[in-house]
Amino acid sequence: MTMLEVRDLHANVQGREILKGLTLTVNPGEVHAIMGPNGSGKSTLAHVLAGRPGYEVTQGQVIYQGRDLLTLSPEERAREGVFLAFQYPIEVPGVSNVYFLKAAANAIRKHRGLPELDAMDFLALCKEKAALVELPEELTRRAVNEGFSGGEKKRNEIFQMAVLDPALAVLDETDSGLDIDALRIVASGVNKLRSPQRAMILVTHYQRLLDYIVPDFVHVLADGRIVTSGGKELAQELEAKGYAWLEKEPAPAASR
Amino acid sequence: MSTVEPAAPDATTPAPAPAAAPSAVEVRETQREASRRDEIAPWLVALEALRRKGEPEWLAAQRDDATARFARLGFPTTRDEAWRQTSVAALARTRFDNATRGALDDALESMPAFRFGGAFAGREAVFVNGRFMPELSSLGKLARVRVRPLRQVLADDPDALCGLIGAAADDDKHPFLALNLAAFQDGAVVEVPERYTVHGPIHLLFISTGGAASHPRVLIGLNRNSQATVVESYVSPRGAHSFCNAATEVLLGDGAVLDHVRLQAESEKAYHVATTATRVSRSATYRSHALTLGAALSRHDLGVRLEGEGADVELHGLFVSDDAQLHDTHSKLDHVAPHGTSREVYKGVLGGRARGVKNGLIVVRPGAQKTDAQQQSRNLLLSREALVHATPQLLIHADDVKCKHGATTGQIEDAPLFYLRSRGLDEEAARALLVWAFAADVVSKLKVAPVRESVERFLRERLPAAGAVPGTRA
Repeated sequence: MTMLEVRDLHANVQGREILKGLTLTVNPGEVHAIMGPNGSGKSTLAHVLAGRPGYEVTQGQVIYQGRDLLTLSPEERAREGVFLAFQYPIEVPGVSNVYFLKAAANAIRKHRGLPELDAMDFLALCKEKAALVELPEELTRRAVNEGFSGGEKKRNEIFQMAVLDPALAVLDETDSGLDIDALRIVASGVNKLRSPQRAMILVTHYQRLLDYIVPDFVHVLADGRIVTSGGKELAQELEAKGYAWLEKEPAPAASR
Repeated sequence: MSTVEPAAPDATTPAPAPAAAPSAVEVRETQREASRRDEIAPWLVALEALRRKGEPEWLAAQRDDATARFARLGFPTTRDEAWRQTSVAALARTRFDNATRGALDDALESMPAFRFGGAFAGREAVFVNGRFMPELSSLGKLARVRVRPLRQVLADDPDALCGLIGAAADDDKHPFLALNLAAFQDGAVVEVPERYTVHGPIHLLFISTGGAASHPRVLIGLNRNSQATVVESYVSPRGAHSFCNAATEVLLGDGAVLDHVRLQAESEKAYHVATTATRVSRSATYRSHALTLGAALSRHDLGVRLEGEGADVELHGLFVSDDAQLHDTHSKLDHVAPHGTSREVYKGVLGGRARGVKNGLIVVRPGAQKTDAQQQSRNLLLSREALVHATPQLLIHADDVKCKHGATTGQIEDAPLFYLRSRGLDEEAARALLVWAFAADVVSKLKVAPVRESVERFLRERLPAAGAVPGTRA
């Protein structure tokens, strides 16, 4: 079965149309990279898939594992296996990472008819998954993202993904704000989570991330539509040429 | 030294016109004056009945003054700047009796819930309707610290408190404080000797019962380089229609360190009015943690004078209001001496039709150079009907100072809510977690574990999806 099918998706944010007819098919086991200039709609796509309120779909369909994804609340999507790694993870003081994740993991397990994990089993799971992204155990006990560096927040997102074990992971600019060492750690964590059952969508501005997480497909998004698709070579081409060639009428230099 | 008072709008009344017939304004003023007199008359009668023979002369004189001041000031109205958002009209009209014994059973029944599971045994003084209850108190673990009922101190050593009562709390303009001085029957006197550190918190528990008015008075004195933690809790059994009008004065000697916790968890029908007045000497540290959870109407005036060089003050506050509760805190940080530091963080969580008032004043007097004062008021509204008035004020009369203040009021934000939901938590659980997170930094600073746990328990009970918030620290 197809993991995700996006058909002619149009979406508004604050009354402005950002996605203007986006079509995309993702199968289990595949990693798709969505690239494009700022303002092309990459993050909007990520948030629409996760169900962010205020992102209004005006046209088109999103079928996830044979179901209409757009009728589900954000929490239902999460429980059905959709995961969004945020570009800007939120700090939640006073609530430990482990506590929060246990609540989330058990909400998901309950939904799937699985027994809830007890504290011991859950801690063992956390320990194993934290190692994937070299997240110090101390950070798993600290309040969610509070006082974390940029790199630690991103690693924490991938740690959460590992614990929640989604079928479809959408990674929104996971490479932004990372130095090369942090990028390597995060990418290696993501690579370890690739599996024939799981699909991933990497949203990124730069090709750099794709040196470490090699995608099966690369799509270029411009002005709310996918304008071209290809294999991993397309990313290198983009890196060399930039995004300017995408624009039918290049903006005059003065406005840059 | 010149004194600088907060710039209250000048309330000069226009000179009476020489006209023969009284103007409409004059008629209104006369009517107000008459109704004010009607309002306080029964209170003055009650005060007369409370007079005790055999009190030291200095105290009797202070009480006479206070009674006169109360009679002159009357109860504040919403025309008074400091009470603009807080009407005490219903309180002023309520008749409280001073019966205590009949209500004692009530109090005793609720006792276990107020005792933090016996965590303070050996360091606990219990008061019911403002009177010390030796049979309920346990003060065995206090070696060199003296925690005594105020009445007993007056009996044993009539002049010991002369000059101390009213030394920090100035009741010139505050009718409730004057009323407290005129009416207090008992209270606590805590005295820590020089260079002595008290191990374990001292608990002063004030229980109010239905129909009763009480005016407990607390005096806390920490001598040079001593250190202590004092917890005051004010409680009343569920449904009790009580009135507690408390006054606490704190005097900190050079280098003394006080952690002062104040928990107000009275019944949803109670009236609670309180003043805390603190004087901080050279290099002394005052840390206040005020948790305001209960009462129908609660007003706390928290005033701190940084009188010695290098005084250090932290005020942490949290009020959680729901239904039709009104929680009002007026804080004043008065920087008198140079090199003082003050940090104030007050947070409010308001649901239902709750009203909150947070007025925060920082005064920096001439000569209080190198003052570093920061004040923050943050409020979270959980319903459309809830309302908060947050007013920060700075009065700065020195030029080499750092002062910052800010007030924010908002609702639960969409971005964090979405973040939590995107991980599988339902909306109610996510909201509960975010309220918990909002209160967390104030709550987590409560070093007295039994109090912190009781506030956490309260929050868990109050939040819609109680199961979502942490039970104990992971």
